[in-house]
This record gives sequence, C-alpha cells and structure tokens, in this order.
Amino acid sequence: MTMPYYVAPEQVMKDRAEYAQKGIARGRSLIATTFEGGVVIVADNPSRSLHKISEIYDRIAFAGVGKYNEFDQLRVSGVRHADTKGYAYSREDVDARSLANLYAQYLGQVFTHEMKPLEVEILVAELGNELRRTQLYHVAYEGTITDEDRFAVLGGETEVISERMRDAWRSDWALRDALAAAVAALAGPERTLAGEGLEVAVLERGNGRRCFRRLSATEVDELLG
Amino acid sequence: MTLPLFAPFDDPGPDFASLLRRTHPDRRQPAAAAPSGSLDVRHGTTVVALRFADGVVMAGDRRATEGHTIAHRTMEKVFPADRHSAVAIAGAAGPAVEMVRLFQTQLEHYEKVEGVALSLEGKANQLGQMVREHLPMAMQGLAVVPLFAGYDIGRGIGRIFNYDVTGGHYEETEHSATGSGGRDARTTIKLGYRDGMARDDAVELAIEALYEAADEDSATGGPDLVRGIYPLVATVTAEGFDPVAEDEVAARFAALIDRRRAEGRRP
Repeated sequence: MTMPYYVAPEQVMKDRAEYAQKGIARGRSLIATTFEGGVVIVADNPSRSLHKISEIYDRIAFAGVGKYNEFDQLRVSGVRHADTKGYAYSREDVDARSLANLYAQYLGQVFTHEMKPLEVEILVAELGNELRRTQLYHVAYEGTITDEDRFAVLGGETEVISERMRDAWRSDWALRDALAAAVAALAGPERTLAGEGLEVAVLERGNGRRCFRRLSATEVDELLG
Repeated sequence: MTLPLFAPFDDPGPDFASLLRRTHPDRRQPAAAAPSGSLDVRHGTTVVALRFADGVVMAGDRRATEGHTIAHRTMEKVFPADRHSAVAIAGAAGPAVEMVRLFQTQLEHYEKVEGVALSLEGKANQLGQMVREHLPMAMQGLAVVPLFAGYDIGRGIGRIFNYDVTGGHYEETEHSATGSGGRDARTTIKLGYRDGMARDDAVELAIEALYEAADEDSATGGPDLVRGIYPLVATVTAEGFDPVAEDEVAARFAALIDRRRAEGRRP
C-alpha cells in the first residue's frame, strides 16, 4: 500500500487560491459605482444574452465574474433566497447584507472543503432607502467579504483598474460621468470600449418598485457621447 | 437560513411554487385540515374586465362581507400581476389575497430566473394551476375565482381570461365579470360594449357596470360618497399596468349620478 504524501495545509490553500485566481483573471472585469441616482454596474462583456449583471430583488442587483456556470448558479440561488424571504416575511425585509453573508459562507465552505474552489468573484449591490444605505458587497472566491460605498472592481487586473477608478471617482456624480469613468477605467489607455462591447445596468430611484434596469447599447453610446 | 442550492438533476427550475414546497414544506396550506361545513369567511364581490382599443380595463368594488355583515369597506380586489397584466379576485378573501401574492411572486420569479417574462398565455395557465390546487378548499366553501387580463406584447392586443373553481380558464374576446354581482355587471357591459372603444369610454362603462351591480347585489359595494371610498379601476396597455386615479373615478361616479338625475331616471 502506498502512503499518501503529506502536503502542508498552507500549501493546499495556496494552490487552491492560485487556481481560483487564475480562473478569475482569465475573464474580463467589471466595475460597480454609486452615482447621484443610484448604482451603475458596467461589465466588459460582448455577449447580449449571457449576462454578468442581473436583478435579484426590488433594490438588489447581482454581478459576477469568472466561470459563467458557477456564478449563474449563485445568481439563481440569490433570486430564490430573496423571493422566498420576501414571500415569507415582507418585501422590505429582504436585504443585501444577509444575502452577501450567505454567499460568503458558501464560497468559504467550498474553498476549504471541496476539491475545487469556485472560480468566481461576485458583487451584491443594494440601492439605499429610508431603512438602509446604498452598499456594494464584494465577495471573493474564498469567501472574503468587503463592503464598499464608493465603487468596487471585480475580475483580473483589479489593481490597475481600481487605481484608474480611484482617481476619477466623485461623490454624487451624474450617470453620464460615472459611466464614462468606469468605461475608461475598464478599457485602459490602449483600448476603447463602446456600447456593443459593454453590459450596463443600473439600480435607480424613480423606476417604481423594481429599481433594476438594463441600458441598451444605443443608450450607453448616447450617454458616452 | 442557508443559500437554496440544488443539484442540477434536482433543480426546481423557475417555478416558485415548487421551490416553496421544497424549502418551506410547512408553508403550504393544509387543504385537508380545513373544517367542513359553512364558515363565516369574508366574501366578495363584483369584478369586471373589458377590452378597448389599446388594451384592457379592469375594475372591482371594495366591499368584503362576512355572512350578512360588512367586514371591510376598503378591500382591494384588483392587483397588478406584473408589468403587463392584472388579476382581480372574487370569493373567500383570505385565500384569494394569498393566491394573488403567490401569483405575483411566481411571475416575477420566473422572469428573474429565466431572464425573460412569461407569455400572457403562460401566465393565464399558471393561475389556472393555482386555482386547481385550491379545489379542496373550494369544496369546503372557500372558493376563489379570479379574473385575469393583460396586454399580449407579442400580438399587440389586450386579452381576458376568466376561471371556474376547478382551474378551467376560458378566453373572452370582449368582456367578462365575476363575483356575486357579476351577472348584473355583465348585463350592463353587454349593452354598452363596442369594438375598439376609447380608453375613457371603457373606463366609463366599467364604472357604470359596477354601479349597477352594487345596486342589485348586497355583497357589492357602490361608491361610498360619505366616506370617499370608490371602486378600483386600472388599465393595462403596452405601457403597462396603470391604476386610474381616485379623483377621476370619483368624478366619473358624480357625473354618472348627475346625468341620470338630469335624464329623469333614478340615480
């Protein structure tokens, strides 16, 4: 009988983290930022039908980068969680914080106990109201959760993109400015991105109960001027 | 609470009702446990729907009764089902309102999970299944009979579906009414209905139908001028569900009464 090799736990975790990071870095990035009317989420995504950004609930949006099948499964479970909670209690009891915590617990669980970690990073954005403030929850592949109230960058090359975004960011700026800055930060100095290569959605006030709205390519181009 | 995750071979799909059965088996109503015999539960109602040029108009009175007493004066019986459809209820109030809540959640859940809304016919079938599941309760005297109408985006027309207690649903090409005063309301609509009516004429006709129904049926509430309570009226068109402002409804009732007085008829 052969003896299994001993591998230090540090090494196991490091290998898994590297594996997940590589998977995530292969995909394209995404930025979410607040603006005067709510939250805008911009993804570098040429597909019209395989969405990275989706609606979870009245004031909650979801965005994911990395492996599509993995974050899409998380998206659907988020919709299920929110709808059952809203049905059992009330619509105002559904909040992004508890959902983000559930995601963090699940991702952490998979990271430490399963063979393969999930190669995803996700964002749960909530538009504030009288009860809660606007918040962006960023959950990493190993379950680390961070809350931002300005902007969040997900995917590969986050350092560079965050740097560019940090310089441009203004509080309470208009949608037009926020979108232009996010697109410029995603594209970098060598590329230009336009409506066709982007997926853009907003959580905005004044849309009625459901605040989530997708922006069409033409609408994005008009805003980018 | 944990994240509701399912294995791919075991996934409930976009169906909210079956998700609920899986995650909260105790939340579903125990149909067999309902006591038999007659119960004094809240009942309605007159609700009407009719087509007009741009879509459909739906209207319902506000009274709920328990036996021979008035249980509630401001009940809402016309609800938006989603952006492009509306549902109105008649029957036992408790289960009816609960059914509407489940139906609304169901439609939105499907739309979010699948990324595209159900077709109008799909929505009508869904509601039919819910009414059918409710049949054991209906046999105990707690019947729920909804009326469903909406704007069919694919076809560009308004459509109306009415239901029976078994969940059978039938499309109506012009108009429909249900509830205890449905018969009286239907007669009025039948006399005034024209193909391709304008929005204002359709709203006016719906209001007149409710007025006549309330005049004949004790379980249907008319306009309550003393308390300022008026039936709910809404339109569904390509632009979506749009409730008619209470001021407009009040003004139309006032005009209807004045007109009849001027004509020398009883108001």
